[in-house]
Amino acid sequence: MPDNPEPNHDEPSNSRSAILERSAEPDAPARTASRLAVAAGDELEGSGVRFSGVTKRFGDLTVLDQLDMEVAPGEKMVIIGPSGSGKTTILRVLMTLERPEAGTVEVGGEQLYHEERNGQLVKASEKHVRQVRRKISMVFQHFNLFPHMTALDNVSFGPRKVLGLSKDEANERAARLLEVVGLGDKFGEHPARLSGGQKQRVAIARALAMEPEVMLFDEVTSALDPELVGEVLNVLRDLAENTTMTMLLVTHEMGFAREIGDRVVMFDGGRVVEQGPPTQIFGDPQEQRTRDFLRAVLDRE
Amino acid sequence: MLEWNLWRALLDGTWITVQVTVLAALLGTILSILSGLAGLSSVRAVRWANQVYVDFFRGTSAIVQLFWIFFALPFFGISLSPLLAGVVTLGLNMGSYGSEVVRGAIRAVPRGQTEAAIALNVTSFDRMRYIIFPQAAVTMLPPYGNLLIELLKASALVSLITLSDLTFQVQILRVNGSASTTQLFTIALVLYFLLAMGITGLVRAAEGYLGRGLEIGRGARRS
Repeated sequence: MPDNPEPNHDEPSNSRSAILERSAEPDAPARTASRLAVAAGDELEGSGVRFSGVTKRFGDLTVLDQLDMEVAPGEKMVIIGPSGSGKTTILRVLMTLERPEAGTVEVGGEQLYHEERNGQLVKASEKHVRQVRRKISMVFQHFNLFPHMTALDNVSFGPRKVLGLSKDEANERAARLLEVVGLGDKFGEHPARLSGGQKQRVAIARALAMEPEVMLFDEVTSALDPELVGEVLNVLRDLAENTTMTMLLVTHEMGFAREIGDRVVMFDGGRVVEQGPPTQIFGDPQEQRTRDFLRAVLDRE
Repeated sequence: MLEWNLWRALLDGTWITVQVTVLAALLGTILSILSGLAGLSSVRAVRWANQVYVDFFRGTSAIVQLFWIFFALPFFGISLSPLLAGVVTLGLNMGSYGSEVVRGAIRAVPRGQTEAAIALNVTSFDRMRYIIFPQAAVTMLPPYGNLLIELLKASALVSLITLSDLTFQVQILRVNGSASTTQLFTIALVLYFLLAMGITGLVRAAEGYLGRGLEIGRGARRS
């Protein structure tokens, strides 16, 4: 299936329009891209995100220092910075994997860690957190696929057990997503039998199956062999260009960041050092720290 | 060799041994899981109470526990049949050892699995049930198999509270001179060994089944 980018090709009634479409649109990847966007639910509106005074400490180490940051609905924001700068912690706080010591996080206008009771903001109940967290999904550096489940079950698990879809509906959604990320022939494989790039594409399909409004990507190509990075970036590029979901990406792929980012945020020491459109950050960085970092990273490439 | 009625007595005893072992294993498995989870509870009082249970049953003699439950408990108004007393003692004992097996195996599941489940908004109960426990079970099985075999052998203790298990029957036949001591004890060794082999086979089969697709356990595919 994934080798055939023309699903309507052999339907006679559609053949004429298929030919017309093909001639009008000679670019095969563009078609794949729209299929991915449709399967991912491209009619969904992305949610905005707002961090206000967020502080996160690990012991004596302050990883996020009074962070104020806003992400617009549908924005594709790329976070760069040296390791230990706190960039991954931003995503982990937003995914509720790390609880901040201070500050508030809003997703789509709703408080994530707090809820309002009698006009006061109090610590949110688990029920409230789950309700807001429904809007967010995350793809991890080390995939974190469920090793005891097949690729299909990895993707259909959330829709079935969390969203309450029937087994058939969940499997259908999972199959559709796996097909558009090019894994139509891997439904029954366990993760141990997949390459790194394939694992990460299953993980992306698994996150998309929850129909999130905000997607978090935490260095999703860092654990991959160099020749497998491209297949994962292609999927991300499709999502960035053809969906309205909000995306926060932590990455070391500077070329990719420049290509798909609406905004690039340079992070260091738990603070935003500099931010702006990719052309500015990569072409004319204002801060010395940004210049040093980019030089170190780009020289290595 | 032995006459048929002597074999009959030994096989009857073996059947009692099997019953005691299976029932105590059921109780012990349930207690292992409950106690293992209690040991991971975020509530301090639950962890503390669990630790008292584990330390007490691991730290005292099983035969004294058995005698206490069978002979001393009636003074508190609770009289258990020999079978029930045996099953309860052996089950509580196995649970105290199994608790650590379960707790350790659950803790050994990589943190990323929990994080992936949180990212999918899975409830904490479903997370344990569908994601963490099935993976931990594969790690648990080899030490769990050890516990089952320990339990089988410890079940001979019930012969001391008048339950006519395999060991009890051997003693009776030996004392009344129906067969030679050597013969009887040799047969008993072989019968216990065969039962233990049966347990080993079952545990191996379970490992293969639960380990499908995993990179650990017998289901692992090497490539």
